[in-house]
Amino acid sequence: MAGNNPTPTEYIQHHLQNMTFGYHPEHGWSMAHSAQEASEMGFWAIHVDTLGWSIGLGILFLWLFRKVGKAATTGIPGGLQNFVELMVEFVDNSVKETFHGKSKLIAPLSLTIFCWVFLLNLMDLVPVDFLPMLAQKIGAMFGADPAHVYFKVVPTTDVNATLGMSLSVFALIIFYTIRAKGFSGFIGELTLHPFNSPNKLVQALFVPINFVLETVTLLAKPISLALRLFGNLYAGELIFILIAMIGLLQLPLHFAWATFHLLVITLQAFIFMMLTIVYLAMAVEKH
Amino acid sequence: MNLNLTLIGQAIAFAFFVWFCMRFVWPPVMQALQERQKKIADGLDTASRAARDLELAEEQANEMLRESKEQSAEILEQAHKRSNQMIDEAREQARQEGERMITQAKSEIEQEVNRAKEELRAQVSRLAIVGAERILEASIDEKRHGKLVDKLAKEL
Repeated sequence: MAGNNPTPTEYIQHHLQNMTFGYHPEHGWSMAHSAQEASEMGFWAIHVDTLGWSIGLGILFLWLFRKVGKAATTGIPGGLQNFVELMVEFVDNSVKETFHGKSKLIAPLSLTIFCWVFLLNLMDLVPVDFLPMLAQKIGAMFGADPAHVYFKVVPTTDVNATLGMSLSVFALIIFYTIRAKGFSGFIGELTLHPFNSPNKLVQALFVPINFVLETVTLLAKPISLALRLFGNLYAGELIFILIAMIGLLQLPLHFAWATFHLLVITLQAFIFMMLTIVYLAMAVEKH
Repeated sequence: MNLNLTLIGQAIAFAFFVWFCMRFVWPPVMQALQERQKKIADGLDTASRAARDLELAEEQANEMLRESKEQSAEILEQAHKRSNQMIDEAREQARQEGERMITQAKSEIEQEVNRAKEELRAQVSRLAIVGAERILEASIDEKRHGKLVDKLAKEL
């Protein structure tokens, strides 16, 4: 646990604080030593742990798949190749079932989302104190106060990470809509649904209403995508932290929750991928 | 839970990973999958073709077997016929030979008989002459009366 026997509140708060590096109005570019400092940094700050784990796990995923892809034989595949092909075929089938347009991007995008999000979620199964304590020890070696070294291992419990991905997807949705239907088509999507009327005057009345409704619908897509993943993982992480506070009894509970959580992390990765495909399919298809 | 630069960093990392996956990961795996699919399809195709070939070959073999059986039966029959014919011919030949020998023997016998008759006639005529000489005691000249005696002998 962090520091000298913190209260449960402190313990939880400590666990939920990212390691932040950014521009502080008083200290300049530095590591944040408290949650307050981190929030004072405002937008110009980076969650080192989130980005570090994200990039590290992303590279792990790409390295693994690239290695298999380069060595892929058309003969009898070995163990790892089997696994990779299973994933690729699974994603490919999911894409083909849902997305009927032609795009070279969608399938690799989905594969990346699924594997990456899954790996990020998987960090949730690492015991909650293990990596933060390691980080504290390393931080102490560099002369930092262990109580002020923050380390949040699961990137998907950081809303920045999930929102970063979902906004990229959002950009793709808009790009695909415009590419498939033209800019006027995109505007039409926003203003001519769901109410329309053959009467020009009534239609003109409907346009602003439609615009408000459709804009909300459009914006709800990336936000719901990000918050769904974030919320599930954040809650799961929180329960792990709570379980970690109850002494020896935590072991069976941890096991039970981890088993259940294994389902959640896979499911959430799948949902994120599937919704991305569905949104992009909707963007391309005519109504 | 502050929104900060992490968001943009994550988006950039995401974009890079997707690009890398699209460029370097997806194509080789997909290619390997498709090639294997093609290979399996080819293999199945070849197998079914081979099965068809086998069936055809069996049919052909049966046909050939049937034909050769027929041929052998025919040959056997011909051989039978031929042997019968040969036996018949041999029998006929033997019969003819026998008959020929019999007629030859008969003609020889006849000749022998004729010659014996001739000889007998000559002897009889000589005997007659000798007898007449004895009777006429050389009054008859053999040369003068030879013709007469020959005539006599022929009448015998």
